[in-house]
Amino acid sequence: MNVAPSTTAKFGQSVKRVEDSRLITGNGRYVDDLLLPGQTYAAFVRSAHAHARIASIDTSSAAQMPGVVRILTGQDLVDAGLAPLPCGWNLDSVDGTPARVAVHRALATDAVRFVGEPVALVIAETRNQARDAADAVFVNYEELPTVVDLRAAIAPDAPQLHADIPQNRAFTWGIGDAAQVDAAFARASHKVGIELRNNRLVPNAMEPRAINAEWRTFDRSMTIHLTHQNPIGMRVMFMMLLGLESENHLRVVSPDVGGGFGSKAPAYPEELAVAFAARAVGRPVKWTAERTESFLTDAHGRDHITTAELALDDQGHFLAIRVHTLANFGAYVSTSNALVVSYMYATMLTGQYNIPAAHALVEGIYTNTCPVDAYRGAGRPEAAYLIERLANLAAQEIGVDQAEIRRRNFIRTFPHQTPLVYCYDSGDYEGCLDAALRLADYAGFESRRAEARARGKLRGIGLSAYVEACGIGPSRLLASLGGAGSMWESCEIRVQPAGSVEVLTGAHNHGQGHQTVYAQLVSERFGIPMDRITVIQGDTDRIQAGTGTYGSRASVGLSAAARSCDKIISKGREIVACMLGVEPDQVDFEDGIYSSAATNQTVAFAEMAHAAHAAASFPTDRIEPGLVATTFFDPPNFTYPAGVHVCEVEIDPETGVTEVVAFNAADDFGTVANPMIVEGQVHGGVTQGIGQALWENAVYDPETAQLLTASYMDYGMPRADSLPEFGLTFWPSPTPVNPLGMKGCGEAGAIGSPPAVINAVCDALGIAHMDMPASPEKIWRICRQRSEMA
Amino acid sequence: MYELAYVRPQSLTDALAMLAQDDGAQALSGGQTLMPVLRARLAMPTRLVDLARLHELAGITPAGDGIEIGAATTHHDVSTSSAVRSVLPALAGLAGGIGDAQIRHRGTIGGSIANNDPAACYPSALLALGASITTSQRTLAAQDFFTGMFSTALEPGEIVRSIRLPACDKARYIKFRNPASRFALVGVFAARLPGGYRIAITGGGNGVFRWQEAEQHLDSGGSVSAIAEERLDIGNFTGDLHGSAEYRRHIAAVTVRQAISAIT
Amino acid sequence: MTAITLNVNGASHAIDVEDRTLLVHALRDTLRLTGAHIGCDTSQCGACTVHIDGRAVKSCTVLAAQAVDSEIRTIEGLAKGADLHPMQAAFREHHGLQCGFCTPGMIMMAVDIARRHPRPDDATVRAELEGNLCRCTGYHNIVKAVIAGAAAMEGLA
Repeated sequence: MNVAPSTTAKFGQSVKRVEDSRLITGNGRYVDDLLLPGQTYAAFVRSAHAHARIASIDTSSAAQMPGVVRILTGQDLVDAGLAPLPCGWNLDSVDGTPARVAVHRALATDAVRFVGEPVALVIAETRNQARDAADAVFVNYEELPTVVDLRAAIAPDAPQLHADIPQNRAFTWGIGDAAQVDAAFARASHKVGIELRNNRLVPNAMEPRAINAEWRTFDRSMTIHLTHQNPIGMRVMFMMLLGLESENHLRVVSPDVGGGFGSKAPAYPEELAVAFAARAVGRPVKWTAERTESFLTDAHGRDHITTAELALDDQGHFLAIRVHTLANFGAYVSTSNALVVSYMYATMLTGQYNIPAAHALVEGIYTNTCPVDAYRGAGRPEAAYLIERLANLAAQEIGVDQAEIRRRNFIRTFPHQTPLVYCYDSGDYEGCLDAALRLADYAGFESRRAEARARGKLRGIGLSAYVEACGIGPSRLLASLGGAGSMWESCEIRVQPAGSVEVLTGAHNHGQGHQTVYAQLVSERFGIPMDRITVIQGDTDRIQAGTGTYGSRASVGLSAAARSCDKIISKGREIVACMLGVEPDQVDFEDGIYSSAATNQTVAFAEMAHAAHAAASFPTDRIEPGLVATTFFDPPNFTYPAGVHVCEVEIDPETGVTEVVAFNAADDFGTVANPMIVEGQVHGGVTQGIGQALWENAVYDPETAQLLTASYMDYGMPRADSLPEFGLTFWPSPTPVNPLGMKGCGEAGAIGSPPAVINAVCDALGIAHMDMPASPEKIWRICRQRSEMA
Repeated sequence: MYELAYVRPQSLTDALAMLAQDDGAQALSGGQTLMPVLRARLAMPTRLVDLARLHELAGITPAGDGIEIGAATTHHDVSTSSAVRSVLPALAGLAGGIGDAQIRHRGTIGGSIANNDPAACYPSALLALGASITTSQRTLAAQDFFTGMFSTALEPGEIVRSIRLPACDKARYIKFRNPASRFALVGVFAARLPGGYRIAITGGGNGVFRWQEAEQHLDSGGSVSAIAEERLDIGNFTGDLHGSAEYRRHIAAVTVRQAISAIT
Repeated sequence: MTAITLNVNGASHAIDVEDRTLLVHALRDTLRLTGAHIGCDTSQCGACTVHIDGRAVKSCTVLAAQAVDSEIRTIEGLAKGADLHPMQAAFREHHGLQCGFCTPGMIMMAVDIARRHPRPDDATVRAELEGNLCRCTGYHNIVKAVIAGAAAMEGLA
């Protein structure tokens, strides 16, 4: 919908994006675009070995190279007292012992534990000089045996990554009631089981990580421009790690950020080292990752091996689920990964189904690979993939259709307390299923399958009914589960004397369209044109507080904004009451106009704003001048977006190539702020999920632990020509847990789609299971085996 | 990229002199393969001698019943050339599928064949069609020019000037793309020349090669459906994470059957 | 350092660069035209796409010195003052961007597609975008934007 900037928008309309005009003209401002006076450049010396003791580092010849300002090693950082990177979540093992968190330093000191781990940092006058000198730093390594495979890593004779962590196990964490599950399995009529891998992924935000850090000696303060999803959180963290005197001595700015998907949420060693270096050299230091560095060191996603069983009664009702997951942490614990593999994963294993008993064990395991952390969906895709694969196995076992097995087991009343801590807020799972099936013409599928068969193609259809958890909070609950950070979001609204509005949010936009949807909300609430509203974010000098954007959190920040709007309107009512000489409860506000039936007079929002600042028409001992409102919204519960994805594939049995020929989805995101933007989020999420199911795979060599897929030459990114058009519809059940009824939409596409694709592939091939990615060669081998048997 | 010098000679003579002067000099044509190699610091030339604008290497001209293509001709210009499209449409099709559109705007036929990447498209066409390659010193048959993966008969300082190809309207190039890089996992150029069928396969991993057994099978009246992968020497293929040697061989046979079906 | 002259968006710029300087670095760091982005080091992502002599190329795969004596056009040179190029307008209209990082390259490529295929269909656009990666949009709306932008360019021609 084209809403002219000079007109008023409504929340819920497909308003065109405010942020686009700068981005389509080349006027976006990303971190690497910034050049500061006295700029220097950083390049990292990285380990080419996956596991080695650092015997010595010789920087002498590199230090003599042109333009070199300083070379820093891990020992330099330790000597200067730089703290190791923190772990953002505390978990205990089932035996009560705390998680064993490996010391993770910004630059390796004693040993390197994955290929690409930074060992030293060169600061030079130009990018090329820094890189040239980094090549001339000589590191003497003593190679150690490596381990990549999760099972091998916990074997008794496995190479050990960290001296104080036996068998490379960070923890064995559990949730649910094992005895109840055992009892349910004992009386089950049917059981289905599976062993699967959830493949490791590289997030691949198109903008590589970047930092430009500037130290001001005269007031001992630092400014960091950082590609990050949570600049405010990073201010606190970097302040503590660098030992700065206070928050006021550090400003963090995350300007335009080119995609995050979770990979720009952790605190990374490179950024910490660069910030440290800027203080050490007293000049601005800039580092921008090359894509190869991104592949090697951006926190990877997923990477589980799971065995699971589902108990069924004779009608196919799910009685219990039992899950054991080995989760690959990589060489260190990245900031949020302990949360990702526990409360964002195992809690969601019962899916949309009424499963009375559940138990899961998760082992967090160190290997000689890049650290793993949140990637779009962060634990929930792994859970949805597992339960949705099991659901299809159950359908096969009972002999019913994919849709029918789900209908028999759907949760139908809300709120619903699951056996795994969480309480689902709202939903209409069967209505959503029916909407998706209609959109996909599920009833007509068999004729499409027959038509494909006549062309020599194997056509399959796959369903996936996912539920996930977003907008996490309240802070108190998360703290009780081990969280080290708060879960609220803040929004300050400032109304200027001429009636224009600044909206300051601690959430961070890196593609989600916040600038537009926040403005839509405020435009509707205040009845003022879009072009009178400016959304400000991403700069700790301007934003008081916030927690950034991850985990589909728009509902939290927008709820804070809605409350702040209410406060402004309410104060306006008091001011107008004074202006009109009536009582506040006699003042109405609608479409930007205050009015009172008592006087027949009206006051426009902008007039009220002027009056608030003029402070001449009301008693300032009772009503403060000015017009600013702030809200900290701490969500009372999570929200639980859900939906049904329907994927159709065609497989060429001769080559094993799978084509996604149709993809339809019905989603419950609660209230939809801007359908155009929300659909865009689903398109992108679904594409990442299709990518995981068919092409994407981070592969380490089992012997050398070298990353074999370290560029776009070997990592299969989804491209325009490998995707279908998507068919989407919304089936909203607004949530009661926030004032807007929003549930969140950012990750859903990546959560629901992988099982839909694999269910379709398995349906086409008539097989029980195939691990992702469903590569052409794997499929060809199955087809060949079948034709040989026939 | 390591430090290097860039020079742009004004004539072929100058270019050859610049290449001869300096053992570390490297000819630069479109640079679409060379630049990523240099960016990754996998090569250390002292200087790059830019051949892209040399008029001696430009142009597509009729030659006998075929065509002659200057070495500096871009993939885009080959793919859109009316001369190529009329006498050798399969080559236009091949050129129009190399890399992506941006790469086709810069990359050149001379640069491609001089590099002889085992996954490059052009070498299969030249080998199948029996092209001749004129260099700064001599003329070579394609079968003598391509000597193995990333290896050609070019001597140091010798550059490709032009490629001469016969007309052929019974030819087809089919590429089975690597899903990540989009290079040929396997590419097949099949042609029906006056002397018989010619089949060249690229992407196998060990460099472009002809499948003469299949050619003979077809020449002696054998059916397309009887072109069996078991008769294709697996030694021509290597495996990697995108496909085993066995899979590549299978895809090669499937693709050969498709290409032959398209020209018969 | 070598003195070279680059013609960018209709203006001539005399600059000093190392011979090994890539065009994209000369544009971004020296001329401070930061619209072209660097998203990879293997010539795959297309975020750095600009036009050289009217053709879309990847400016990370061309030396600045190679572009001497050519006309270079970047995303900054596409709009006429405040009037967006029809392809830019189409990307906004069809929500063909999210984070915006791939967008300048996408739009420069899209203009090139429209030049060669005045009325491209869905399959043509998808095939032509092989050299441009986007991680946000799933390409769905980019394809719609390119088709609409090409139609709008036709209307102007």
